[in-house]
Amino acid sequence: MVSRRLTKLRQDGVILAKEAVIDWQKLGYGVEVSLRITLDKSQARVFEEFLDAARAIPQVIELQTFVGRVDVRLSVIAKDMADYQRIYRQRILNLPHVSDVEALMHISRIKSDEVLPV
Amino acid sequence: MSEIDEIDLRLLRLLSENADRSAGALAKALGMSQPAIWRRIKRLEESGVIKGYRWILNREKLGLGVTVFLGVKLSGKRGVPIDDFERAVSAIPEVQTVEHVLGMYDYRLRVVARDIADFERILRRRIMSLPGAGDVEANVLSSEERLLGPLLPL
Repeated sequence: MVSRRLTKLRQDGVILAKEAVIDWQKLGYGVEVSLRITLDKSQARVFEEFLDAARAIPQVIELQTFVGRVDVRLSVIAKDMADYQRIYRQRILNLPHVSDVEALMHISRIKSDEVLPV
Repeated sequence: MSEIDEIDLRLLRLLSENADRSAGALAKALGMSQPAIWRRIKRLEESGVIKGYRWILNREKLGLGVTVFLGVKLSGKRGVPIDDFERAVSAIPEVQTVEHVLGMYDYRLRVVARDIADFERILRRRIMSLPGAGDVEANVLSSEERLLGPLLPL
């Protein structure tokens, strides 16, 4: 039985939680931008301070940190380009310790498959 | 979807935090009846506002300890149709998401692997050999948070 297996996977800690995935476009957020950010890492607590400030921006829906050329990536949603520009100027550019920002604008999602290849 | 109201937004917030809550618990949290909550969830699912549900899995327990984001640029050579690239990259099981983007890269891929050596194998054998694949940049994920976004607080 599938439900018994699911219960077991939860008990074993393989499945941690279940959450709804929201289609932001359907809620009127037509723009999604990936901001790839490099931080000025010359001081202590740079990551913590940056992440705390980024979490406080309501339009940030995803926050990832990396080992690589990029330090942090934010997914930002906006109603339209004018809204995005406002968020970018008023909120993103005021985030602390940013040394470089690159933007990738989403055109389409070709595959979205968080099923793991096991 | 113009008929989304405040209760819908609160409900979406609860469900995107934790979709395991029973309709009874949701009804209590929102001060509504259980059937009314069911109707709302059904409407949000049918209209596609709720795209689906995602299991949060313990990747280490599954032996998939590494997640890498790849920026891929298509090579300048003409002749490789973009559809071929998209189809081929989507068929790779370790590639979980494929996003077409505008900027320094053409595509953004989320790739899962057992470890860095396994990732390198996937990158060389499967991704670099794709029709049309050009420059690639890899960043290894170290932490990830999904936030609730501009949904109303309770």
